Order: sequence, then structure tokens, then C-alpha cells
Amino acid sequence: MEPEVKIKAEKVDFYYGKAHALKGIDLDIYANQVTALIGPSGCGKSTFIRLLNRMNDLIPGARMEGRITMDGQDIFAPRMDVVSLRRSVGMVFQKPNPFPKSVFENIAYGLKINGVSDRSFIEQRVIESLKKAAIYDEIKDRLHDNALMLSGGQQQRLCIARCIAVDPKVILFDEPCASLDPISTRKIEELILELKQDYTIAIVTHNMQQAARVSDYTAFLYLGSLIEFGPTQKLFTVPREKMTEDYLSGRFG
Amino acid sequence: MNRARIHEILGFTLLWLCMAFCLFFLGTIIYFIIVRGAPVISWEFLTEVPRRSMTQGGVAPAIVGTFYLTLGAIFFAFPLGLASAIYLCEYSPKNASVNIIRLSINNLAGVPSVVFGLFGLALFVKAFGFGVSILSGSLTLGIMALPGIISASQEALTAVPQSYREASLALGASHWQTIRKVVLPSALPGIMTGVILSVGRAAGETAPILFTAATFYTRDYPTSPLSEVMALPYHIYALMTEGTRPEQQTPIAYGCALILLALVLAISAVAIIVRQRQRSSYGT
Repeated sequence: MEPEVKIKAEKVDFYYGKAHALKGIDLDIYANQVTALIGPSGCGKSTFIRLLNRMNDLIPGARMEGRITMDGQDIFAPRMDVVSLRRSVGMVFQKPNPFPKSVFENIAYGLKINGVSDRSFIEQRVIESLKKAAIYDEIKDRLHDNALMLSGGQQQRLCIARCIAVDPKVILFDEPCASLDPISTRKIEELILELKQDYTIAIVTHNMQQAARVSDYTAFLYLGSLIEFGPTQKLFTVPREKMTEDYLSGRFG
Repeated sequence: MNRARIHEILGFTLLWLCMAFCLFFLGTIIYFIIVRGAPVISWEFLTEVPRRSMTQGGVAPAIVGTFYLTLGAIFFAFPLGLASAIYLCEYSPKNASVNIIRLSINNLAGVPSVVFGLFGLALFVKAFGFGVSILSGSLTLGIMALPGIISASQEALTAVPQSYREASLALGASHWQTIRKVVLPSALPGIMTGVILSVGRAAGETAPILFTAATFYTRDYPTSPLSEVMALPYHIYALMTEGTRPEQQTPIAYGCALILLALVLAISAVAIIVRQRQRSSYGT
């Protein structure tokens, strides 16, 4: 059974000034599945997922063509409210980026900016999010410590909890383990597998093994083009394209 | 010893001498002011009004005047400078006209202070009709402190990691929420340091208040923002250039200089403490 399409990219081109970063990308991201984007540095995988919550809007001189829809709605339509889009499409970044506030305030931030002021609701949601991010037991006594005092892996799970707290539908991971040790990496990967029950997930990764471990679908990008896309199992065992095979076997990249 | 080693020692010694030379002047200034100024400092000197054409009594009105002028300058310059810096850093498009604005602000810092004084006289004293008053003087000092405040605030805002902004925006915060709740709190210690240093410098200026706020001699404390005031820097100038009893006035001038120096150093010390606290809380 083919799962439901959550996000659909059609003929997406993206330019940083004159540099042509994405070339005619057609890609479906399925609901409650993990889609991994792999490829060598500069292939456009980060650029692509940053389009899905319109983080690239911040880059001066950047230009996008084509269409990206979520649940059938064009996310680049003039009437689209980018703030509400980002609430439903959360993002976890390459480097853990907690605010220099307490653990509690980090999670509560997203709720507060959305106008939630009910103290007990916030408290409940903070704990719930920390539990979902599999970090609550480790830091339940440190909720009022500065988040920057946590370890890198804990900070990253805190960022995931912060993202979950605003109740997104999709979570984008932009190389979430790039700066983490193997044990922290494993915890994040387990968490991602856990989270896909409730969220649609797209993950950019440098690490092919990671893509194989966590994802249901994999997209291989090279120099801004989508070379191959398919179920992870298939792409890793019987790639259709010669280039995919070469990349997976470490012949380049 | 080989040549490289000799060069190393020569270079190092030269650098050390230059540093010692600078330190020597700083030390001499402070020593000189303390030795000349300290004998006249007394409780009476700090709390009483001048008597007998400033040859006796204290300088309390000048201390109070400088305090009000400085406070007024902060009051005008801080919100204005911070708002401009936020606009320039966070909102302005990155184009040529904004670069010109930035350049102009930096150039404003190089304008001689007496020119600010003349400008204040023309605009605040005459055109706006505020007269020679605390208000005119504060506005003039505030404008003089603006470039420093703006560039320090810009620096502090730019130093806030882009990742904080991204994190906030990705959670669905608006640009303004991001600035108010994430960027500003992180930048505030840096901004405060800049504000305090700029205003501290302005507090010691004579020329900008020469025509806009300061009066040669008054026995009264200011009663409203439109009062003329005595101010420490101008009082020193007046004591050294006017009056008929230089031998009695000069020690008082050194006393004023010592108070002014202590005031400005205290203000800088506050800035240093603020910066240290910032380092320790965001150090990791």
C-alpha cells in the first residue's frame, strides 16, 4: 500500500544569486514515514529541506521556481502565512541551538510566542515534550538550569523537544547528528524511529548508514539534481542508477 | 644566539616599552590629579554650593548638574540608538543606501564635540526655544553619544548567533518576537556596555554643553529641565580661565577634575562588570 503524500515538490529550482542549487526536483514526502536525503556536500539536500519550512526566505538574493505543496496547499502561495507554516513544519538543526535560557524556558518559548499563558498547561506540555524526546528522565531535576550546560546530545534532544512542543505535523532534521558522538547519535536515531508514528519526518544526512538505519525512503541528490528516489531498502540494495551505486559503495563523495 | 632569537628579544622589548610608555602616561595623569585634587576634597566640597566667587565652598551644583545632564543624555540616546541599531541590523535591506547610512553614523562619531555644541545651540537652544538648559544640553550630549551607542548595539546584535534566530523562526515566531524575546536578551549586556561607555565619555565633555546647558556660576540647584546648570567639566574650564583669584581657584579645579575622573572611571567600571557577567553567563 502506497502511503499518503504529505509534501509534494514539483519541478523545484533554486538559485543563490546566480548559483543554480536545485535543478528540477520532483519529490514526494510521505506521511508518517522517514525520508532521508543523502548526497555529497553541496548537492542541495540542506537547501531542499530548508525550502519546506521556508527558512531560505531569510537568504538575500535567493530565488525559487516550481511548486511545493503540503496537504495540497501551495506553501509558497502569496496567501500562505509563513509563521503558521513553520509551526506545522518544525526543524532541528545541524548544531544543537538551544536558547541561552533554562531548559524549561526553551520548551515553553514556542508556546508563549503562540499566546499560551496558562501556566499549568505549559508545564504539562513541557514535561510531555521532554518525555517524547526521550530526555525527561535524564534532566528532570535540571529543568531550571541553563540549557547550555547540557551535553551536546542532550541539547539536541532538547531542541527536538522544543520542536515537538508546538505540535508540528512535519519535523525536518538537518544533519542532526553531525556534531554528536556515536552514543548520542544512536539515541537520536532511536528517537526518530519512535517519532515517525506521530510525525512526518525528513532527514538530511551525510551518513549513508544512518539513512539506511532510520529511513523508509531515500533520495539521492548530486549537484542539485535528484538522481534517484525510492524505498530505502531498494535504493540501498538494488539501486537503479549507476551513480547511486557508485556513491553508496564509496567510489566518490 | 641566532639572529631570529635576537630579533625576537628586540621586538618583544620594543613592544613592552611602548606598552609601558602608555601606562606611564595613564599613571601620571591619575597620580597628578589625585595629588593636586585630593587635598580639597571634603564632605563640604561635595555637598555645598560655591561661595565668594567660587574661591570657597563646594561644587555640589556642578556634580548634580553633570548627573542630570548624563541621565538626560541616556534617556534620549538609549532608546533612539537602540531602535536605530535594531532597524539597521535586523530589518534594513542590505543595499547601497543603507551602507551610506552606516557610513554616516560612523562619521558622526568623528565630528568634533564643539560642532555638536554649536549645532545644539542653533537647534535646541534657539530654534526649539529650549534656551540654555538641562534639556538642550542633554539632547546635545545624547546626539553626541548616539554613534557610539548605535555601533556598539549593532556589534552586540550581530554577535548574537544566527542559530538563535533560526531556532526561533523555525518555531513559528515572527521576526519581531524573535528580536524581542531571543535576540535582544542575548545582546543586552553588550548593548549596555556600549551605552554606558558612550554616555560616560559624553559626561566628561565640555564643548557640547558650553553653549547649551552650562552656566558659569549658580548657587541654586536646578528646578526643572529648563534650568541652566553648572557642570563639572565646564566648571573646571571656568575656574581655570575666568575669575580673579587663580591661586585659590586652581586647587578647586583639580578637585573637580578628580571627581569627574572618579565618576567616569566608575561608569566604565560598571560597563566592565556588566561585560564580565555576560561572559560568565554565556561563556559555554
